[in-house]
Amino acid sequence: MSKSKFKWGHLYLILVFVVLYLPIAYLVGFSFSDGERMSHFKGFTFRHYGELFNDPRMIQIVLDTLLVALLAALFATIIGTFGAMAINNTRKAGVRNSILSLNNILMVSPDVIIGASFLIFFTALNVPLGFLSVVLSHIAFSIPIVVLMVLPKLKELPGSMLDAAQDLGATNSQVLRDVVLPFITPGILSGFFMAFTYSLDDFAVTFFVTGNGFQTLSVEIYARARQGISLEINALSGVMFLFALLLVIGYYFIQQAQTSRKHKKGGR
Amino acid sequence: MKKLLSGIFAIIIVCMALAAGSARLAKSQGATGGNVLNFANWGDYIDPALIKKFEKETGYHVNQETFDSNEAMYTKIKQGGTHYDLTVPSEYMVEKMANDHLLVPLDKSKLTGMNNFGKDFMNQPFDPGNKYSIPYFWGTLGIIYNDKYIKPGAIQHWDDLWSKKYRGQIMLIDSARDIMGMSLVSLGKSMNTTDTPTLAAAKAKLDTLSPNVKAVVADEIKMYMGNNEAPLAVDWSGEAADMMYENSHLHYIVPTEGSNLWFDNFVIPKTAEHYKAIYAFLNFMSNPKNAAQNTDYVGYSTPNNAARKLLPKSTREDKSFYPTESTMKRLEVYKDLAPTVVGKYNDYFLEFKMFRH
Amino acid sequence: MRKNVNAAFYVPYVLWLGLFVIAPMLLIFYQSFFDINHHFTLANYATYFQSGTYLTMTFNSVWYAFVITVVTLLISYPAALILHYMKHKQLWLLLIILPTWVNLLLKAYAFIGIFGKDGGINNFLGFFGAAPMQLLFTDAAFIFVAAYIEIPFMILPIFNGIEELDENLVNASQDLGASSWQTFTKVTLPLTMSGVKSGVQAVFIPSLSLFMLTRLIGGNRVITLGTAIEEHFLTTMNWGMGSTIGVVLIVAMVIIMFLTGERAKHRVKGGRRHV
Repeated sequence: MSKSKFKWGHLYLILVFVVLYLPIAYLVGFSFSDGERMSHFKGFTFRHYGELFNDPRMIQIVLDTLLVALLAALFATIIGTFGAMAINNTRKAGVRNSILSLNNILMVSPDVIIGASFLIFFTALNVPLGFLSVVLSHIAFSIPIVVLMVLPKLKELPGSMLDAAQDLGATNSQVLRDVVLPFITPGILSGFFMAFTYSLDDFAVTFFVTGNGFQTLSVEIYARARQGISLEINALSGVMFLFALLLVIGYYFIQQAQTSRKHKKGGR
Repeated sequence: MKKLLSGIFAIIIVCMALAAGSARLAKSQGATGGNVLNFANWGDYIDPALIKKFEKETGYHVNQETFDSNEAMYTKIKQGGTHYDLTVPSEYMVEKMANDHLLVPLDKSKLTGMNNFGKDFMNQPFDPGNKYSIPYFWGTLGIIYNDKYIKPGAIQHWDDLWSKKYRGQIMLIDSARDIMGMSLVSLGKSMNTTDTPTLAAAKAKLDTLSPNVKAVVADEIKMYMGNNEAPLAVDWSGEAADMMYENSHLHYIVPTEGSNLWFDNFVIPKTAEHYKAIYAFLNFMSNPKNAAQNTDYVGYSTPNNAARKLLPKSTREDKSFYPTESTMKRLEVYKDLAPTVVGKYNDYFLEFKMFRH
Repeated sequence: MRKNVNAAFYVPYVLWLGLFVIAPMLLIFYQSFFDINHHFTLANYATYFQSGTYLTMTFNSVWYAFVITVVTLLISYPAALILHYMKHKQLWLLLIILPTWVNLLLKAYAFIGIFGKDGGINNFLGFFGAAPMQLLFTDAAFIFVAAYIEIPFMILPIFNGIEELDENLVNASQDLGASSWQTFTKVTLPLTMSGVKSGVQAVFIPSLSLFMLTRLIGGNRVITLGTAIEEHFLTTMNWGMGSTIGVVLIVAMVIIMFLTGERAKHRVKGGRRHV
């Protein structure tokens, strides 16, 4: 790659990042506005942050939301990864395409349909509505995206690698642990992050299947739309976003430091 | 593999920490034991300070769950699995829920504040004799205009919206009953019309409005009007109050020839369990001082006349939100129409939205 | 690797397919035969295929999902490619996902503020003397915001695909005198196709049933099947008709899956079947 092209590339990427972060900057900016809504900035204040930290109900909702998202993403990733292996191991193209179609049904169905049918399903089985039903539904609608993320990695798995491992006398579980899983890890991580995103963003399905006082952030935000979303929510988004940003950057650099130390030990 | 396992381990640790934190917060809010009230409400539709006051005075803990549409709330109560003690449907939904045997009649002997309510707001056709419901807030359907672009007084009637002057300038609320209803009133018909020819005529008239329509939106209409995106909008008074608070150029009028009168009402769904807490809460909320404080927070019109007397003069005599007697007489409350008729309203409205230019 | 993994590992996935996919789908299918008064009927399907309204809507849904996918792909592919050559690329990738964790409704409201007549973009343009433009409620704004939301879902799989690419192949191609463009179209693109495919699926399929943005940003100028289902389930409470549209959506998705799905011959890799 020539040098000049590289710079144009950077410019392009900067542009993409600007666009991605523009609305977030906008709504975080308004969290400091002395008004009540996201229009017409009215002087600087920390008032909304004060409201937020004095609102235990809201903080509890945030904790519950994160708990659901993490659990759902974790289980969806595990189930989805093995599901992708099952699909990959299916010999007949027709059967494989059929399973994949079934897999994608929850992605194409609008949330209200999923929510309403899950509600009927849970009440028919007498599953109490609340934390459990919400986590189960979130796992359910996050599995397809995990499969979609993991499957291509499985397909790229070089056959020679598997043959070599088996020729060397590795058992099936050893092949899985030492060859397959490390190879498809990037796909698994993408799947996890996508599932986490799906769970955080969902509102319609959660609304239908929740109950007994259990509430997630998205449901609360959508329900507030009729009365107008107060800037306390903006403040909350700002805090959560900053927290996630620090977490991501911190995690990344700790990992970097660890790998470089390992490399040194290895005599590099 | 090691990386994946340690990742899973880390997630489980974080989950445990989150669960512990959430449980602690729940406890600090007193959400344990049987002394609770499970309240399904629209989002941000009650002053949180009042909830705290109620909990302090009575010792009951209020579990609030929020919903964002009458129909979604109805589905959940009908389907079961919830334990709501109290909810706040709009008037047509009260009628529907009563017809479907989803409501518990009120025990009037346990209610103390019923005399505070204005008689204009009681004994409505959707719930004769207030067998099931107590009005919480009420309002109208009307026109919002921005005085930067529209002279005050230029818009008085629904028909004014059809003027060629307003090409591409009107925002409509995304609600079949309301927009079809507006067209019906402008034809001099009832907003509860059920016969197809009249509905077809209303749809035809609505089609002639389409060059003037900029967009058909829902709750976000407040954001748009607050940002001066359009000079005119058709919306409910509650939403209008909210946008006027944000943007002083906005004004709200109720056309004198007639419009809709809507109510949100407290009802006890059949899933209720904590009757003592329910009646304590209903009586607490009908106390004039509390109702006035809540009205100040929510910004809608209160049916509690004793509370209205406690509001600042500029609020309680505002003609936009407390219309004159003669206008009030021309307002119509929605009836719960047969499903096929509701379907017809929606099909016409959908077609209107689809084939707009 | 047919028997590499114990069948027990597949049980949760199969259970999920049965309980959360097939069962609800049968329920939707069953409901699609009932009218608003809960009588058995085929009228829903008749209405669907006879009324211009629903057919137009179907066309709209497919067309807009297609445009959104293409736009997202055009933005995401170069971005993923450039990311691949960056230092700290994993960090940048995470930073691309991060915005998706902020609530969608809030981001849409922010876009209303940014695109508005009084908003950021028009103020910026006004600085150069341009008159305020109508940006909201246009196709361009709607597609832009929809693409905005989908970009991370596209970049991630494409990036993974590119990471897999053997750098030596690219170098070899260039050493053999191929231009950058030739290298890209003959080597890079074909070898990253599987990433592109899963990105396209992750974007196109959910886009078919978009509903909220069509109202929030599009002002209901475009009505898609998602909007109609939403309305039938929540406003009219005509679950039968809503389910019928749902069935159509599912069938449309299955057709697309079979059209784009690979055939058996693609499964042969390295001269040996590994199925």
